[in-house]
Amino acid sequence: MLEELWRVFTFQDYNTRVVMAGTGLLGLAAGVIGVFLVLRKRALLSDAVSHATLPGVILAFWASIALGMTGRSLPVLLSGAALTGLLGMVTVVALRRWSPIKDDAALAIVLSVFFGAGIALFGMVQQIEGVHAAGLTDFIYGKTASMLISDTVIIGIAALGVCGIAIALFKEFRLLCFDEAFAAVQGWPTLRLDLLLMGLIVLVTVIGLQAVGLILIVALLIIPPVTARLWTHRLAPMAALSGMFGMLGAGTGSAVSALFERLPSGALIVLSASAFFFVSLMLGTEGGLLPRLWRRARLRRRIRRQHLLRRAWELREQTGKRTFSARGLVARHAWHPVVAALELRSARRAGLVQRIDGGRWEFTPAGESEASRAVRNHRLWELYLITHADVAPSHVDSDADRIEHVLDPDMVAELEELLAREQEDTPPPSPHRLETPTNGGGNGR
Amino acid sequence: METRTDRPTTRPAVPEHRPAPASPAGTDHSPNAPISIHDVTVAYDRKPVLWDVDLDVPEGRLVGLIGPNGAGKSTLLKAILGLVPVISGRVAIYGKPLSKQRKLLGYVPQRESVDWDFPVTVRDVVQMGLYGQVGWFRRLRREHVRRADEALERVGMTDLADRQISQLSGGQQQRVFLARALAQDAQIYLMDEPFAGVDSATEKSIVALLHDLRNAGRTVVCVHHDLQTVAAYFDYVILLNMRVVTHGATADVYTEENLRKTYGGQLTLLSSAATALAQRH
Repeated sequence: MLEELWRVFTFQDYNTRVVMAGTGLLGLAAGVIGVFLVLRKRALLSDAVSHATLPGVILAFWASIALGMTGRSLPVLLSGAALTGLLGMVTVVALRRWSPIKDDAALAIVLSVFFGAGIALFGMVQQIEGVHAAGLTDFIYGKTASMLISDTVIIGIAALGVCGIAIALFKEFRLLCFDEAFAAVQGWPTLRLDLLLMGLIVLVTVIGLQAVGLILIVALLIIPPVTARLWTHRLAPMAALSGMFGMLGAGTGSAVSALFERLPSGALIVLSASAFFFVSLMLGTEGGLLPRLWRRARLRRRIRRQHLLRRAWELREQTGKRTFSARGLVARHAWHPVVAALELRSARRAGLVQRIDGGRWEFTPAGESEASRAVRNHRLWELYLITHADVAPSHVDSDADRIEHVLDPDMVAELEELLAREQEDTPPPSPHRLETPTNGGGNGR
Repeated sequence: METRTDRPTTRPAVPEHRPAPASPAGTDHSPNAPISIHDVTVAYDRKPVLWDVDLDVPEGRLVGLIGPNGAGKSTLLKAILGLVPVISGRVAIYGKPLSKQRKLLGYVPQRESVDWDFPVTVRDVVQMGLYGQVGWFRRLRREHVRRADEALERVGMTDLADRQISQLSGGQQQRVFLARALAQDAQIYLMDEPFAGVDSATEKSIVALLHDLRNAGRTVVCVHHDLQTVAAYFDYVILLNMRVVTHGATADVYTEENLRKTYGGQLTLLSSAATALAQRH
């Protein structure tokens, strides 16, 4: 067993190596073109198309038997698949366009009717005497073990072709997926581009039938793009990552299926692709769960810290002393004493405040500048809201509480510039209390 | 809107308030008009949306396209742009069919028409305005990148160029769309509610931008909702309710009577319009 594992993962077995390369390229193509499928919000269309390939496979098999051929020729079977796959897609589009049936219902109808027809045809083929049709189930569940090297070469070339077209038309597809109307206004042939894109989807679906199977091929088109989106917010890296995830998923899946020949490879490929997905869902930098929680916690910490510094600063302004007491903070701002104590402790650890004799506190030099910055930001924002937006002054404080924590330095600079004309002195005094004497009382509001 | 079937199917009578040259409608088209709309009728399914629209948009004006909900304002823009099939009639851009004049048109669609979670940055979107000039298969050249960045500069979004578009506010999204159209350097701009859902500061800066465009000789047509600001923003208006009620210089045709004809029984709107007019006079 271990020896076998070793053989597979070191690609010693020629056959495994070829199959892995072929399915890897398939995954690459599916990942790249799947990005556009997902962004065009057509994910389920590919599912309908893949199910619609079954009658084509069976009919092609039947026809080639009737013509005295083996019925095992992959190009023949896949041509049949492509034919009914396209027919299914056209049916969906036609239903959507010329009947009152809604999109999802049209997809469901096409998917089930074509698949049902395929299953019925399959039953009929099996009853023909002397015909060995069992291998056709490979197209339903996927079986890499049944792939010939010549098949793999075809798949690989087609996959590379799909990637090539996607790269060449990257700009066009991006525009089509983002804003079709705008593309049409610029004179791009949006209908033909759309048909080409859907044609590429059908092609990937068809070449993926043997390795992944028609039930699960949709996953190879959808999961890698969604995984990639969790790591980037730009299209080009997303397509590259998606192709990589598709390739790794398909490659790993087919390697594992080389170990367990009785397991359907489609399932293994999809499961390994989804492993990447789950990891990304947890860790992805663009919307992954843990980074999001982490960012939110950090933001909350920062907001609480700034509250503390600002409140301490204001308390100091009010009392006119250099130091302040925890009790003063609690009294003035209806804080829970425990919360205030915890905040003070964490600010002390950060070197912003220090405890002096008699249970009072004072800012360290670092804390002094940090607090002054927070107060300044806050008041600039308040002034901005009062002077530039129609917000009642009494509502400004609570708004500013939240927004100042996300003010970036550029914004602050802009505000300062805006307000410099009206207000000579910085930091400007709190405009709706008029009780802060520190700035020479120059608050002419 | 349900009373539509009672509407006359023949050409509507020319309203009295329409300025002089319009009298025998449909015969006064100028080959030099930026947009000539000849008897255009548009219908979705069985429902007519635009009925015998026939007018020239004059050059170098800032045009407000005004009318109640469902009046076909967006549809008229789309008909001009060739985005909806026209049942009868035709549109000419500077006297030539649209297909030959696409480069002259800049379009600012409604903000809701796209998915703002799409994985592109602000700069990417603005560069899309230049794809038509870049051509098939090509990448953007340095020249294009520069022009896109200039357009960003004009709408004051340079700092946000690398931001993903979902992180923008409504006003910023609208400015991105404007920059995309500006990058194209079109002769005619068609904008579908450029002020919808933007803050007042952005609205002001957009208006200033539109005036700049007009002063540079560009023709700008905006679908607009706020009757209060029509007179201040636009120097030419088209009042539309399925058919053109009237069009002309704002000072001439933006009257309470014409608004009443356009808005019919929608009294709340009318009263706000009346206030607006009262303020103006």
